[in-house]
Amino acid sequence: MGYCEVPHTADLALSVWAKDIPGLFLEAVRGMAALMELKMEPGQYSTREFTLAAQDVESLLVAFLSEVLYWMETDQAGYLDIEIRMENLHLSACLVGNPIKEQSRQIKAVTFHNLAIQHTERGLETVIVFDV
Amino acid sequence: MSISLQAIRKISEYEWEIPASHRSDMRVSVRLFASRKILEEALGDLSIEQAVNAATLPGWAGPVVVMPDMHQGYGFPIGGVAASLYPTGMISPGAIGYDINCGVRLLATSIQLEEAYPLIDRLAMELDQSCPSGVGTSGGFHLSDADLDLICRLGSRWALKKGMATEQDLQRTEDDGALEAADPATISSRARERGKTQLGTLGSGNHFLEVGVVEQVFDTAAAQAMGLWQGCLIVMIHCGSRGFGHQICTDYVQEFQGAVQRYGIHLPDRELVCAPLDSMEGKRYLGAMRSAANYAFCNRQILAHQVRSVFEHVYAGIGANYHVRQVYDVAHNIGKLETHWIEGRQVKVCVHRKGATRSFGPQHPSLPPEYRDFGQPVLVPGSMGTQSWVLAGTSRSMEVSYGSCAHGAGRVLSRSQAKRMIRGERLIKELESGGITIRAGSMAGLAEEAPQAYKDVDSVVESVVGADLAHKVARLRPVVVIKG
Repeated sequence: MGYCEVPHTADLALSVWAKDIPGLFLEAVRGMAALMELKMEPGQYSTREFTLAAQDVESLLVAFLSEVLYWMETDQAGYLDIEIRMENLHLSACLVGNPIKEQSRQIKAVTFHNLAIQHTERGLETVIVFDV
Repeated sequence: MSISLQAIRKISEYEWEIPASHRSDMRVSVRLFASRKILEEALGDLSIEQAVNAATLPGWAGPVVVMPDMHQGYGFPIGGVAASLYPTGMISPGAIGYDINCGVRLLATSIQLEEAYPLIDRLAMELDQSCPSGVGTSGGFHLSDADLDLICRLGSRWALKKGMATEQDLQRTEDDGALEAADPATISSRARERGKTQLGTLGSGNHFLEVGVVEQVFDTAAAQAMGLWQGCLIVMIHCGSRGFGHQICTDYVQEFQGAVQRYGIHLPDRELVCAPLDSMEGKRYLGAMRSAANYAFCNRQILAHQVRSVFEHVYAGIGANYHVRQVYDVAHNIGKLETHWIEGRQVKVCVHRKGATRSFGPQHPSLPPEYRDFGQPVLVPGSMGTQSWVLAGTSRSMEVSYGSCAHGAGRVLSRSQAKRMIRGERLIKELESGGITIRAGSMAGLAEEAPQAYKDVDSVVESVVGADLAHKVARLRPVVVIKG
């Protein structure tokens, strides 16, 4: 499981890989938080729960990251402790996070640009482009 | 499939074409306005391939047009313009962008730089305090649902009703600061919540507020009409619809994923999702997108009002003429219904401009009377610390680029490359040694926006002037830069 930033002229792109779909989704959140350069502080943690459904797994990934991004901005919480349950194209998630102390970059949106989850020797892999 | 220079046909020194025959799924050609050098550099990223992908959408009225500040975006290239036939053509949220009606406002003063300079640090500090910037920043407004609806419908006119604008401000704003037929009922509750607290804020990334000076005038009559006097201060504001617009675009790009299946549209990239303008989905997005566009016009209007208050506070009472006048306000991420001459006939189209500025030529009825002899002011900011340009639209831009022109310098380095090469603290010292005061929320963010990360704006202007999409009016030099 892992992630790394890949070059993109105007926006930000992230390569993510994991053994399975829930793992890929969790790595994508960690990578997104790294791109935002989040620093958290100890203190009262926040929690959020939500459910999502989508027509395909790529749409579910965009919807999931968009949802996490929205709650991070709204609650000013770094939601990096996440439990996901998935059945077919339905997802339920529980987020736990500490208050954000510092954030250097804003991600405006998660895009579908050339988004495709593929099987590779590392398991499942994809590249996600974020609008900044 | 990558594109080589051999696949691109030269029309003139600053105009090139990729014919529709280049790829079997292209429906129209791609027309590029750039010098050979810029074009060769653009082949280094995916911007031209993205323009070819955009040319596969159904319902375009003519070629996909690309400006010399082109760079790789997501789906549609930044610097791209395309016009869809109304009402049967498509509307594509990704071809407008997440920051709906991101744009630039230029304000002018009669204060000479020498007169202003002794108080320039105080001016910078007060502007920084009065114009909130940075990641996720909230402003001084906590709007009710009713006020948000009014802003969606009225745009800058809402600020006029609240005493934060003049009639001249509105006349000197694209579309008088409000697109018609905005429909707040098409906006999600999530977008509404984000919009309620972010009015009157700059945001982060490449958004900025800059105080500069008119360095050189090229068209004296046009500059006089615009109130631009050599040696006098100007203010430029670059921002958009903030989280409100981002959320609206996010909502509709997701919704349109289903629409393309329903309408049997096949796309090379899912970020290019679209729906017919006259479909239920298309109408709903148009209503929401116009609401965000009007929010952005109002946002820049309120920031302009805050700038005026600061100028009065700093310069009134010391003999300086502290009044700040609006030159113009242009959108560069927007979709609008316009009428253009295409292949010899007038056609109503929806022009998608993503990182491109409207540049209507002389005598266009939508221009304020005082600008009709010269063409619409076109505002082309350079990268941080470098010159910016005021141009004016031409008749030829109406013929070949749907009345559109470049919007800025255009990135060449990724943000990570820029941060690896440039230290924010050192950049501040370099800019300050050049007489520029910087106020930035983040050193890392500052490094990402360093001049080295962008093309030379002069080369972009050389291309659009060479292609006769605009002519030079004045060049501006920065004195104070405020970034989130």
